[in-house]
Amino acid sequence: MSGIPHDHYEPKTNAEKYFHRRLPIIGLIYDTIMIPTPKNLNWMWIWGVVLMFCLILQIVTGIVLAMHYTPHVDMAFASVEHIMRNVNGGHMLRYLHQNGAMLFFLAVYMHMFRGMYYGSYKTPREITWIIGMLIYLAMMATAFMGYVLPWGQMSFWGATVITGLFGAIPGIGDVLQAWLLGGPAVDNPALNRFFSLHYLLPFVILGLVILHVWAFHHTGNNNPTGVEVRRGSKEEVEKDTLPFWPYFVIKDLFALAVILALFWALVGFMPNFLGHTDNYIEANPLVTPPEIVPEWYFLPFYAILRAFTSDVWIVIAVNWLSFGIIDATFFGVLAMFGAIFVWALLPWLDTSSVRSGRYRPMFKMFFWVFIVNFWVLTWAGAMPAEGIYTNIALIGTAYWFAYFLVIMPLLGVLEKPLPEPETIEEDFKASLKSKSSGGPKGPSPESIPAE
Amino acid sequence: MKLRNLAVAALSALVLALPATTAEASKVKGEVTNFDFSFQGLTGTYDRNQLQRGLQVFHEACASCHGLQYVAFRTLSDPNGPELPEDQMRAFAAMYEVWDPELRDWRIAEGPDHFPESQFEGAPDLSLMTKARAGFSGPYGLGINQLMKGIGGPEYVASFLLGYTGEEDFQAGTMFYYNKAYGDWVSMNPVLFDDMVEYADGTPATEEQMALDVAAFLTWTAEPKMVERKHAGFVGVIFLSVLAALLYLTNKQLWAPIKKAAKKD
Repeated sequence: MSGIPHDHYEPKTNAEKYFHRRLPIIGLIYDTIMIPTPKNLNWMWIWGVVLMFCLILQIVTGIVLAMHYTPHVDMAFASVEHIMRNVNGGHMLRYLHQNGAMLFFLAVYMHMFRGMYYGSYKTPREITWIIGMLIYLAMMATAFMGYVLPWGQMSFWGATVITGLFGAIPGIGDVLQAWLLGGPAVDNPALNRFFSLHYLLPFVILGLVILHVWAFHHTGNNNPTGVEVRRGSKEEVEKDTLPFWPYFVIKDLFALAVILALFWALVGFMPNFLGHTDNYIEANPLVTPPEIVPEWYFLPFYAILRAFTSDVWIVIAVNWLSFGIIDATFFGVLAMFGAIFVWALLPWLDTSSVRSGRYRPMFKMFFWVFIVNFWVLTWAGAMPAEGIYTNIALIGTAYWFAYFLVIMPLLGVLEKPLPEPETIEEDFKASLKSKSSGGPKGPSPESIPAE
Repeated sequence: MKLRNLAVAALSALVLALPATTAEASKVKGEVTNFDFSFQGLTGTYDRNQLQRGLQVFHEACASCHGLQYVAFRTLSDPNGPELPEDQMRAFAAMYEVWDPELRDWRIAEGPDHFPESQFEGAPDLSLMTKARAGFSGPYGLGINQLMKGIGGPEYVASFLLGYTGEEDFQAGTMFYYNKAYGDWVSMNPVLFDDMVEYADGTPATEEQMALDVAAFLTWTAEPKMVERKHAGFVGVIFLSVLAALLYLTNKQLWAPIKKAAKKD
């Protein structure tokens, strides 16, 4: 990989040389895992490896589940029960896959929040961010279609509601929805194509992940200071960085083991805690469940979708201005996709020249409000769409858009950032010293401006 | 310090993810009693005798209307279940008739056959009932009750069976009965009465005893691999904890010279 100067693979034996001349794959792997990595990465930099693990876990468990699953409306639900009862270890595989999706999303949100706080999306890492957002979109599509496969009540009605969003598009909506579903309603053709795409998309994600990793290996990792690695000479690089193997591999594996211990406890002792009881009832097109709620990781966007009812002034205004083409439902759909779109545009909406949130006192405040707001929206999305809950969702939605479209562009101009450390080496030393002298109650490394 | 941060991060992540459980929103309208069952908790296992009693109640009180279509008779002999001896299991299966698509006729059920489906549409299949109902929710959709008390399917089933107040209402040709666990009128009539079955193990067949027994049995039908799952849970958590401890020490040792050098100058 280009970018930061570091040692490259040199074939030594004759066999290695023979192979390297013909296919330099060992060199590629060597350069990938020996990438110089900033010394001062903190524990929020572990989520990438967790995500890599999740993708592999989902692919491996998913392939085995697919061997026993039947994508047919009359047999899908029973085939899942067959997996749970008759397949050797099937119950663990299925619970791992089901809860694995949740760990995957938890990790991706943590990973994205880390990127937002430390400005990992800023020049020259915009492409890394955009590929990441594409991965996130593909994950959402995969998870949604996967949730339909067990063919429970929530599968069926969730699919009906979500594909209904496309039906809300004026003019072409009905045709588009029917094309997506392969018929007028969610039925066997929809189940079949969802199964097919649910199998395909993880490999698309895998491809995007390779691009994502390639992109940030080319630019180098960001780090908690946002200060670039010095690249003048190899000596300078070695003061700021350590090779990924073994220093960060072992660190990440340790964090992964802790997270997996918690995850395994969830799977072993309460695998249905985060699921919905209605999905243990077979899909029935004639009975609508009292409430249709997506899985938790979609709830913030579900809240945004439902926040815009026809009595909200902006909906009334847009409806009037668009001669009635944009109604409340379509407005909600636009808001939901818009919420993800502005998130993706973050590299261009953030005008601050300082990367890391550590040195941005005002940004910090707004960032933490964003995080709290994210979980408030998650909660609001799970509550019935009535009374106070839609108001809360509306306020949360307003903050979401204000954060990206108003706060981020303005802060870069208004805020007076704190001084950044000169080098990563300096920050690394400062954090070690504050720890040994101040003890756990001493000043945290973050609040020490390294002057 | 770092370890503490990590623990805090992981914990807060877990807690923050809790609102999710609001997805558990099958709102509980009625009163559900938090009964104790032997299979609760991290180490809880099914009580074989209770499952056998529950099977008897199911057979005598429920099976005339309700099906158990995902449960094969042979699994009644499985370990961690009712554990009927083979011959008793076959004799039990022989009390049921199943439709054989090859014979195009009904025949006596055998071990590999499943329990029949429900006899009429109004009666739901009970195989997964204790996973398809929630006994507890909230507060405010935060999922704390489910965390402390469990999702509460078996509690709901037992409370439902004991929840009839005796009020009846005849509407549009159907008799409805008030059930305080459901919190509304239901069309299923009360089915349990003291001493309606005679337990082979001599347990007094009170209404509550029968309700708890059949709720336990239906928990087994819904989650037959629960004991195996918890076992895997223990093995996995212990293994991963040891692995984490070893990796922690490895990591510490690996970084020690780097940190020492950095502190020096």
